[in-house]
Amino acid sequence: MTKWYRDNAPITADRLADELMRLKRGSVTRRHFLGVTGLGLATAVLARQPGLFNSTAFAEELGTQMSIATWPNYHDPATFEAFTAATGVAVEVNVFGSNEEMLAKLQAGGTGWDLFVPTNYTISTYVKLGLIDELDMAKLPKYDASTENPRFTNEGIVDGKTYAVPKNWGTTGIAVNSSKIKTPVASWKDFFEVAMTEADGRTMVHDYQLTTIGNALVSLGFSFNSVKPEELAKAEELLIKVKPHLYAINSDYQPAMRATDAWMTMCWTNDGAQLNRDMPEIKFVLGKDGGEIWSDFYAIPNSAANKAAGYALLNYLMAPENAVKEHIANGAPTTDSRVMKLLPAEVTSNKIVYPDEAALTPLEFGAAVTLTDPGRAELMARFKAA
Amino acid sequence: MRAAMNTKRNLVTAALVAPAAAWLTVFLVLPFIAMLVFAFGERAPEGGYQVAFTFAQFANLPTRAAAFWNTLLLAPTGALLCLIVAYPVAYYLAVKANPRYRLILVSLVVVPFWTSLLVRTYAWMYILGSRGIPNLLSMIGIEDVRMLNTPGAVLLGIVYGYLPLMIMPIYVSLERLDRRLLEASADLGAKPVSTFFGVTLPLSLPGVMTGVALVTILLLGEYLIPQLLGGGKVFFIGNALVDLFLQSRNWPFGSAIAVTLVAVVVVVLMVAMRIAWRVAGTRQVDLV
Repeated sequence: MTKWYRDNAPITADRLADELMRLKRGSVTRRHFLGVTGLGLATAVLARQPGLFNSTAFAEELGTQMSIATWPNYHDPATFEAFTAATGVAVEVNVFGSNEEMLAKLQAGGTGWDLFVPTNYTISTYVKLGLIDELDMAKLPKYDASTENPRFTNEGIVDGKTYAVPKNWGTTGIAVNSSKIKTPVASWKDFFEVAMTEADGRTMVHDYQLTTIGNALVSLGFSFNSVKPEELAKAEELLIKVKPHLYAINSDYQPAMRATDAWMTMCWTNDGAQLNRDMPEIKFVLGKDGGEIWSDFYAIPNSAANKAAGYALLNYLMAPENAVKEHIANGAPTTDSRVMKLLPAEVTSNKIVYPDEAALTPLEFGAAVTLTDPGRAELMARFKAA
Repeated sequence: MRAAMNTKRNLVTAALVAPAAAWLTVFLVLPFIAMLVFAFGERAPEGGYQVAFTFAQFANLPTRAAAFWNTLLLAPTGALLCLIVAYPVAYYLAVKANPRYRLILVSLVVVPFWTSLLVRTYAWMYILGSRGIPNLLSMIGIEDVRMLNTPGAVLLGIVYGYLPLMIMPIYVSLERLDRRLLEASADLGAKPVSTFFGVTLPLSLPGVMTGVALVTILLLGEYLIPQLLGGGKVFFIGNALVDLFLQSRNWPFGSAIAVTLVAVVVVVLMVAMRIAWRVAGTRQVDLV
C-alpha cells in the first residue's frame, strides 16, 4: 500500500506542478498534459470500472482489468500503457518488498493477481503448495525456450513441467557512493566493516531474510543459504553488532541513496544500474567472497481472476520487441538471446548489468529451504527487534 | 396493551442495535475467535496454520519481549508528550480564545485529518531527511545532523499524528467548565496559578484521562510511524505482528501475540478508566 502508492505514482509531485504550469502557460497541449501526468490514463482506468461509468465492455474475452504483483522500480510504465492501448485491459501494479510477503498474500488468498514475479528459489514451494498452475505454453507463442539461457530457466521447471518463465536475472551486490566513502569495498566482509566505521549511520540492509542473513553469512565465510544453527548464530551476532550503525532496514533503498541520506546499501543489479545511470558516483560491486545470483520469473496464480489477461500480458512481455524496452528501463540482464541481440551496445557492455563470468563464480542461487526455515525467520525478527 | 408496547420497544431496540451488532460479529467477534483458535495451533512447514492444540506459541512470547517492552514504553511516553503539547492548546481554545474565532480555531485542529496519516508521515520523511531540516542546519554551520530513522523521529511523528486526538477531549472538558467557579476562586483570593491547579486542572481531568487512554490504546497497535520514520530499526509489537504474518507466515505465533496485545489493551483501558472515574468522582464530591 505505502510503497505501492509511491512507486506507482505515474509522476512526481514536482513534475506534476511543472507540467501544470506549462499547461497553464499554454506551452503544452492538454493532451500532452494528460499523457505525461498519467491523468489521462487514470481517467481511462476509472472509465472502465464496471458500474462506475456505464461503458460497454470491449475486448470481452480479456476483460477490462487485471492485476500484477511485482518489485519496486521493476518495469517501464510505458509497457503497461502500451498493453492497455493494444488490448483495452488496464493493469493494476502492486509492489512488494520480499518473496515472503508475496507468498504470505497468496497463502492468505484473495489477492486478485493475474500475474506475479516470484524469484527462482520460491517456485518449488509455490508448486508444492498448489498456488501456481503449470503454464499453458500454447497461450505463450512469443516465448521461445530454445533462446533462453537454461542456467536461469531451470528453476521454473518442476518435474518436467513449466510453471514459470523468466523475466530477467540479476545479482545482489553492494551500491557504494564513492564520493562519500573512500575505503574500498569489494566484499561482504568489507561491507560490514565499513558499515561500522566510515559509513556509520549511512548503511542500509534489506528488510529481507534471504539477502540480509545470506550476506552476513557470506562475510563470515559461510554459505549464503546456510540454515545451520551454529552458523546462523554467528551471523546473528554480526548483524546485531552492526545494527546500531545502520541507517535503515528497508528493501526500498533507492530514495535514501538518491538523497544521499544513505551512502551504502545491499543492492540488486537493476537498482544498481538505475542508480549508477543517474548518479555515476554510486558504484555497484559484487562481493568477491560471494553473495546471490538470481532470476525472477513470471507465474500465474491459480487463484487468478482473469487468467486470460494474465496470459495475454505475459505473452506481450515475452515478445522481444517489448521485453527489450523493459530491460532498458529496469536495468536487469536478460535471459533471452533474442532480446540480447536487440539491446543497445551501451547496455550489453555495462559491467553492472553483464559482469564478467569470473565475478559471478562465487555467487550462489538462493535455496528453497531459506524461504520456509523458521530459524532464519526468527533470526530476522530478533535482529529487527534488537 | 402493556405487553404490546414492550414488544414494540424491544423491536425498536433490536432494529437500532442490529447493524452495529452484525458488523461487530462479522468483523470483530468471528475474527477474534479464529485468532484464538490459531493461537493454540502450529505453523505449517511452509507457513500458515495447521491444526494442533499447544501452548507453544504462548511459551514463545518472551522472544518478542523487546517489541512488547518498546511498545509499553512508547505508548505512555507518546501519550504524555501529546498531553504536554495538547493541554495548553486546548486551554487556549476553550478559555482564552475569542469566542468569535473559536469555531475556526477548533476546526484548524481537525484540518490535518483531511489528509491521510500515511501521506503526512511521508511528508515528515522529507522534512527530517538530509534535504530537509538537516540541510537548513548545515547552512548555519551545524553539520551532519541526523534526524530521520531515529527514535526521536518516531516520537515526533507520533506526537504530530495523535495530537488532535488529545486536544479534542481536553478541549471539550474545559469548555464545559463553569466559569463561575473560576470567578469564585478569584473572589476567595486565589491567584490565577492556584485557581488553575485547584479548579481548572482537576475539573479537566476526565478529558485528560480520556485523551491519554485514547492515544495510549491506539499507540499500542502503532506500526506505520515506526516503520517509516524509524527506518525499520525501531521495532514495536505492531511491526512484530506484520512480520509474523507477512514475512515468516507464522499465523499461530502472530495470533498468540495479537491475543496477548488485546489482553494488555483491555487491562490498560480498565486501569485508566478506574483512575479516571476515581479522580473525577472525588473531585466532584470535593467541589459540591
